[in-house]
Amino acid sequence: MKNQKNTKENNDKIIQVKNLKNIKNDKKSVKSCKKTTKKAKFFTKTQKYKDISSARKEYLKKQKFRKIFIITIRILILVLFFALWQILADTGAINVFVFSSPAKILETIGDLFATGNLLHHMFITFYEAFLGFLIATILGYLIAVILWWNERLREILEPYLIVLNSLPKVALGPIIIIWFGAGTKAIIVMAILIMIIITVISILNSFVSCDKNKILLMKSMGANKWQILTKLVMPNGINEFMSVLKINVGMTWVGTIMGEYLVSKAGLGYLIVYGSQVFKLDLVMTSILILCIPAGLMYGVVCLFEKIINKK
Amino acid sequence: MEKTILELKNIGLIYQSKTGETEAVRDFNLKVKNDEFVAIVGPSGCGKTTMLSIMSGILPTTSGSVLLDGVNIKEAKTYIGYMFQRDELFEWRTVWKNIMLGLEIKKQISPEQSEYAKTLIKKYGLEEFINKKPRELSGGMRQRVALIRTLVLNPQILLLDEPFSALDFQTRLSVCDDVANIIKSEHKTAILVTHDISEAISMADRVVVLTKRPATVKKEFVINLDGKTPLEKREDPKFSNLFNQIWRELDK
Repeated sequence: MKNQKNTKENNDKIIQVKNLKNIKNDKKSVKSCKKTTKKAKFFTKTQKYKDISSARKEYLKKQKFRKIFIITIRILILVLFFALWQILADTGAINVFVFSSPAKILETIGDLFATGNLLHHMFITFYEAFLGFLIATILGYLIAVILWWNERLREILEPYLIVLNSLPKVALGPIIIIWFGAGTKAIIVMAILIMIIITVISILNSFVSCDKNKILLMKSMGANKWQILTKLVMPNGINEFMSVLKINVGMTWVGTIMGEYLVSKAGLGYLIVYGSQVFKLDLVMTSILILCIPAGLMYGVVCLFEKIINKK
Repeated sequence: MEKTILELKNIGLIYQSKTGETEAVRDFNLKVKNDEFVAIVGPSGCGKTTMLSIMSGILPTTSGSVLLDGVNIKEAKTYIGYMFQRDELFEWRTVWKNIMLGLEIKKQISPEQSEYAKTLIKKYGLEEFINKKPRELSGGMRQRVALIRTLVLNPQILLLDEPFSALDFQTRLSVCDDVANIIKSEHKTAILVTHDISEAISMADRVVVLTKRPATVKKEFVINLDGKTPLEKREDPKFSNLFNQIWRELDK
């Protein structure tokens, strides 16, 4: 009996090892398959390029050249700007104490980086801006959905939305500080306030302007309100949603920096205010330049998201 | 063509607005038989589209009743397909997903239904475009997609609200032929609303002329033209005579 059990266990083990080997072999074959499809794709692409007419080749060449030209000029403008700034500073044409210079900015970046302050301040501002962006967009979208759902509520709240939209949000600064304290919370709330009303108004407009005949078509098919919202109204407003995201990417930095001007102990906004108070214009210029990096990155991510959505 | 499938009995509709009351429909009576193709023509703004909304059950009436297979439309389980002036395709969906929209809404997606949809797509020459977006299709193809989207739900009655008005004349004639053939081959009852008398005569078995607002039935014309397709029917010598009679009726 014992021998029988042992042989059974051994057989099981052999089967398991065989299975593992099979899986490994399968993975290998999947990898090789992927490689061949990649090769095939490359081949068809090059083949396609070979097949096209000379006029088409010329057109594609021109398009490529145009793209390279635009990117080169863009970089050149930036290089020229900094070069001119440095030359003007070196020749004494501008006062370095007031206008700073690229060399001084690089020096300040190095100093900030060495002390570990640069990443700390960058992280805080990015955290506040990102959180504000996320909360305002999601909350604004949800409010727009609720207002689309309930027409009467929309009618009641319409004048309030208009008034709140035209109100300069910075005027609410002191109240926000009292309510949420002099810290990160108040800054995030400020960023949210700047974005939320415009998010609600824009998204709601896209929802309300949805083609009435399309709604009628869905109703004739027996669709309920939830189906009309999810299958028609929301996807129909995707372009408006993308525009709102792009606007909010800009606005969140406005709100965050404004919040940091009012109340902060760290962050790029804080560095700007601190730099201007102690007349360290190098620090101010450095902070502004650094601010461009995460802002540009965030905008890039939104554009990428838009590309993915459009492809779908 | 014996059994009455749709009956409108003494329909009346009065709109209430800030400026006052508007009587849109008055004492409207109409019977539509199974497999029949009825065209409704009338002066512009007389309430033709309103009548279709009433027939589909979307718009409640002030008085009268709409009976579908002898049952009040609110309780009837029969599906009525609706085709609009424009194709109303969802641009973000592929042709396939547009066609499956109704089934998705009704939660009726099954292998059999998908197979039926594929058969219709194949039958009407759209299989190559199944994964394309509507913007990649011609006007005629878009209308065919819209019609298949309606047909997959297996409606007993099709309501067509000037479905060719957005097309150019040439496309219109060929799509008109296409749609008429599809409706006949699928054995559907159809009610077409149009301002184009030629279209009405060439497609329908019966043309109903409406009065100015408030809409009511003014006169009915039974169409008996030689020819299998609307294009062929246009060549029948009786066509112009019928056209003139209906035109005069509209002009009165």
